[in-house]
Parts: sequence; structure tokens; C-alpha cells
Amino acid sequence: MTRTDPVIEITGLMTRFGSNIIHENINLTVFKGEVLALVGGSGSGKTTLLRQMLGLITPAQGSVKVLGAARYACDREEERNLRIRSGVLFQQGALFSALTVYDNIALPMRELRILSESMIRDLVMLKLGMVGVETQHAHKMPSELSGGMIKRVALARALALDPELLFLDEPTAGLDPALSESFVELIRALREELALTIIMVTHDLDTLIAISDRVAVLADRGIVALGSIPDIVVNKHPFIKNFFGGVRGRNALRVLNLDQADSGSEHSAPLVL
Amino acid sequence: MSMPFNFSDKGNSWYQLVTAKTGDLHLQLTGSYTLISLNQSLPVVAKKLTQLASQPDLHWDLTNIHQLDYAGAAMLWRAWNGRRPDYLLLRPEQERMFHRLEKMIALPEPSQRKWFLPVSLLGQQLLRFFDHLAGMITLSGQIVLDIFYLIAHPGRIPVREISANLYRTGAQALGITAIVGFLIGIVLSYLSSEQLHMFGADVYIVNILGMSVIRELGPMLAAILVAGRSGSAMTAQLGVMRVTEELDALTVMGIPHSLRLVLPKIIGLGLALPLIVLWTSAVALLGGLLAADLQVGLSIHYALNSLPDAVPIANLWLGLGKGVVCGMAIALIACHFGLRIQPNTESLGEGTTNSVVTSITAVIIIDAIFAVAFSNIGIRIVS
Repeated sequence: MTRTDPVIEITGLMTRFGSNIIHENINLTVFKGEVLALVGGSGSGKTTLLRQMLGLITPAQGSVKVLGAARYACDREEERNLRIRSGVLFQQGALFSALTVYDNIALPMRELRILSESMIRDLVMLKLGMVGVETQHAHKMPSELSGGMIKRVALARALALDPELLFLDEPTAGLDPALSESFVELIRALREELALTIIMVTHDLDTLIAISDRVAVLADRGIVALGSIPDIVVNKHPFIKNFFGGVRGRNALRVLNLDQADSGSEHSAPLVL
Repeated sequence: MSMPFNFSDKGNSWYQLVTAKTGDLHLQLTGSYTLISLNQSLPVVAKKLTQLASQPDLHWDLTNIHQLDYAGAAMLWRAWNGRRPDYLLLRPEQERMFHRLEKMIALPEPSQRKWFLPVSLLGQQLLRFFDHLAGMITLSGQIVLDIFYLIAHPGRIPVREISANLYRTGAQALGITAIVGFLIGIVLSYLSSEQLHMFGADVYIVNILGMSVIRELGPMLAAILVAGRSGSAMTAQLGVMRVTEELDALTVMGIPHSLRLVLPKIIGLGLALPLIVLWTSAVALLGGLLAADLQVGLSIHYALNSLPDAVPIANLWLGLGKGVVCGMAIALIACHFGLRIQPNTESLGEGTTNSVVTSITAVIIIDAIFAVAFSNIGIRIVS
């Protein structure tokens, strides 16, 4: 992984809802080809930070640069390029309920007004194949799909324009363990194949460990830790100790053979209490 | 062969045609075949490549492409007419992309769209109408059963819900009905008083205003306004509750929809609408008499005194009766459409529109039925 090619640069970011300060002086750089996970407790502003990168919420202070363009001060052409080069998977899928699966995926392609309908048809079927949705579902409405299927179709729509940058908001929330495992596997395979840079918000430890290269932990209005999972788990911040130190956290970390590193803190825990 | 040896467009060089030592014609694609760099030149490049693809012995060399994405690959695939050319040079990652394109399954035809036929369209409309009719009869039957249940268990009467509906559909509608009623009263009085003045029959303005407002216009105005205002709100509320699964939550808690959601709305609007009718009629009469006073100098005092003689009291009861029936019908229709909304955005809009259109139509039909059924009540026929 080359650490020289920044895709997203956030500097001095501050967010405020009324008098409630969510973020203070956040600095974060996402490099090309990496998978960065944003974790944090409820209300720590993970989703808010993601939405600021997407251009949905304007920060009170600071700058967000995405793919070299200032997110909140770019002209129409730059804005359009940004939209083409990034894809988003929303938590609930956000499929247009009035359109069929096919039309949902075709919509961003049609919006470009340069692709012919026959090419769009090829590309939609290709994307459906990529995310493993059978073609017989193409004419269904989103309300006829199961939760796992909605996520897959939403992922296909996020990938419709071959983005370099993919944002995932809770990709496995609301999926059963088997489904979320296959979905994580799918994301991992597509990341390899399409050379994606992924920014992901997640609560799910298994997802976090399975696909993320680096983790940014949001707490106390800022990023309290940033690094690979082995670097993060040794951090002594109370949120991180709770997050990775619980039963579920330890079970999930066993995959990485990190329980050795973790056992030290486990022994010291009774002393602290 | 008039094919260009080089093709570039908007500063990008897309391909070169080279003749190799063996005499074969090689097509070297260059540049980025991605959506973002192809952009506006895509149709032009696609056309050129399709022309070139008609030469069967052309050697395609894709190894010099800087970047290829699926849009570019799909464009080439289209140009090749869905199969690889005989001579093709690819990089491994490109090989994988074309492999996916080869495995791509064609889009199945959508299930037969019979509804385009006018006959089946008509039939479906008719079936849908009967379906709605049956649904509404079922719902009203359920409400009647609920009323029997409530008579047996008076403690279960949803008083708070009824009161909330009374406030929302009644008290909050007073402003808009007053404004509309007052203006209609003025317009009506202005037009008819001018006409009557020509015949010197100014005093009959009281008869015309009184009869039309109390018997017809007041109830109709109030009912149509309430149908648009409260009917749509009720449908949308139930529809959103369906979308957010609140209706299901109520069911699993053992709280029946008909008893707690539908019945309070029907009773609430059944009580509220006659009161609004009274209010609208009063304001419309006031507006009309004020206008008559200003227009032809008919004193309000005289007009109010002669009103009981001009308009028999039966007309007022008729107007209030229309209010009760229309109010209950509007609430019933609104709830029927609200409960039928599917959990998607389109259905919500469609359901609300249908609800308002149907309830306004129903209001006018009810008025017509009243007019026929009570044609000899409250009207003095001078023989």
C-alpha cells in the first residue's frame, strides 16, 4: 500500500449541532487502496463524519478534500466528477422504492446521459452478477426483496459508475451472521477486483476485523486512536478497552491471534477494578 | 480503406492503427478507457471502434490502455458485438473483466404486461372498484361490530382518541372554513342582490341566501374542505404507520386497528363535521348579509328577523344531517385507503390522492341522495 497517495484529507474539522459540539479539530487522511473503518460509540459522530465526506453536512470549520477537490468549495464539473468517482451504500440501502431493481441500478448511469440504453443494460447485468443477485430479481420492486438482497442491490447501485471510492454505512447491520459473512466476503472480493478505497462505518467487530486495514476510533469529540487493529487494541482509552475488551471483542480478535496481546490487559483488569 | 490511422478527440488519443512487419493490421488502444475520461467522447469512440471491429483480421491490443473500467470494457464488448475478436491481446486484470462480461446473463424479459390492453385495463379498473367497495363494506361492518362491543364494554371507549380527532379535524379547521365561507357568502350575495335589485325584490335576498347556504352550500363547502384537509391527513397517517410497521406493532400488542384508529376517526369526524357545517353556514350567512347591507342597503337587523320565516328549520337539520353522514363517510374512506397503502413511497402518494378524490366524490353523491330523498322537506312550494 502506498502511503503517498491521499484520497481524502480532513483538516481541522469541527462540527456543531446548535450548541452541541460533535467534533473538534479532526485531522484524518485516507490513502488510496486502503480500507478505513470509523468506529465509536453511539452519538460519537461516525455517521456525521461520513456524511461530511459525502457532502451531505457542511462542517462548521475545517476543510474536507476528497479526490483532490475541496468538498465544500468545488465547481459544478468537479462536483459531478466527485459524484461519479464515489459510491455510497446507505445503512437501509436507500433503494428508490418506486423503481425496480434494474432501474435503481440504471438510474446513475442514465443520469450521465452519455451511455446508450443497450450499454446500460450490459452494465446493470454485470453489476448484478458482481454482487451475486440472480437476474430473475431484476424486475422486482425493492419492497419484494429480503434484507440481504436489498444490501446487495444497493451495493450494485453504489458500484454502478465504477467508483474508486466507496463509502459503506453499517454494511452488515440488520443481516444475520451467515448473510453478513457472505456480504463481507463480497466486499473483500470486490475490493481486490476493483481496486477500491473504502471508508466504512461499522459497529460489527467481525466486519471490522475482516476487511479493515486501518481503524479510526472516534470518542471525546475527536479521533482518539488511528492505526491497524493490533496497534489499536493495546490502546488504554476506556472506549477502546470496552469495545475490544468485552467477550465479543475478544472472540472476534481471536481470528487475528491477538488474544495473546490482549491477555495482558485481561490479567490487569481485576486489579484495576 | 478510409479509416483514420490515429484517432484522438478532445486532447485524448484513443488508438493507433499500426501495420506490423508480418503485414497484419494492429489496433493499439491507448489512454484511459474509464467513464470519467471517456465522458462526452464515449459515443464517438464507441462508433469508431464498432466500425473497426467489422474488420475480422484486425489485431486488438489492449495492453497499452492506462486504465480500463467496466464502462470501457462494456463499450468494447458492445463494439465487438458480444464476443471476443479473433486476435486479442489483454493484460491479466483485463482478462478478468472480459471474463465477467462473457459470463453475463441476459436480462430476462419482464413478465407480460397485459395491462396495456384497453379491455383488460377497463376490467382491472372495475375489479379494483369492486375490491375497494368490498373492503369498505368490510371495514364498516367491522366498525358496527366494534360499536356493539363498546356498548357492552363502555369502559373500552377510546375517549382520548375521539377527543384528539375532534380537536384536529374540528377545532383546527375553523379558520380555513370561516375564510372560505365568508368569501363565498359575499360573492353569492353580491351576484344575486344585483339581479334582485333590478326587479325591486331586494328583500328576497334573505330567502336565496338562507336557503342556499343553510341547505346546500354550507354543508358542501365544509365537507369538501374537510375531505381535502382531514381526509388526506388520515390516509397519510395510517399509510406512514404501515410503512414504519407501527400498525403491526399495534396488532401484536392486541390493539385492533379498527377500534383504536378507525373508529375514533369516524366518530370524531361524525361529531366535528356537523359543528363545522353550522359554523361555515353561519359565517357564510354573515358575509352574505353584510355584503347585502353594503350593496343594496338591506339592514342586517331586518334580515336576521326575517330569516326564520324565509328558511324553515328543517333545512338546518338537513344540513347538519348531511354533515354527520359526510363526516363519517370521509373518515371511513380515508381510513380504508390508509390501511391499504403498501410500504413504498409511490403507494403513499397514490393512496392519499385516491382517498381525497373518492371522498369528495362521495360527498357530492351523498348530497345528491339527500336532495332526492328529502325533496319535499323544508321547501315551501307556493301553489
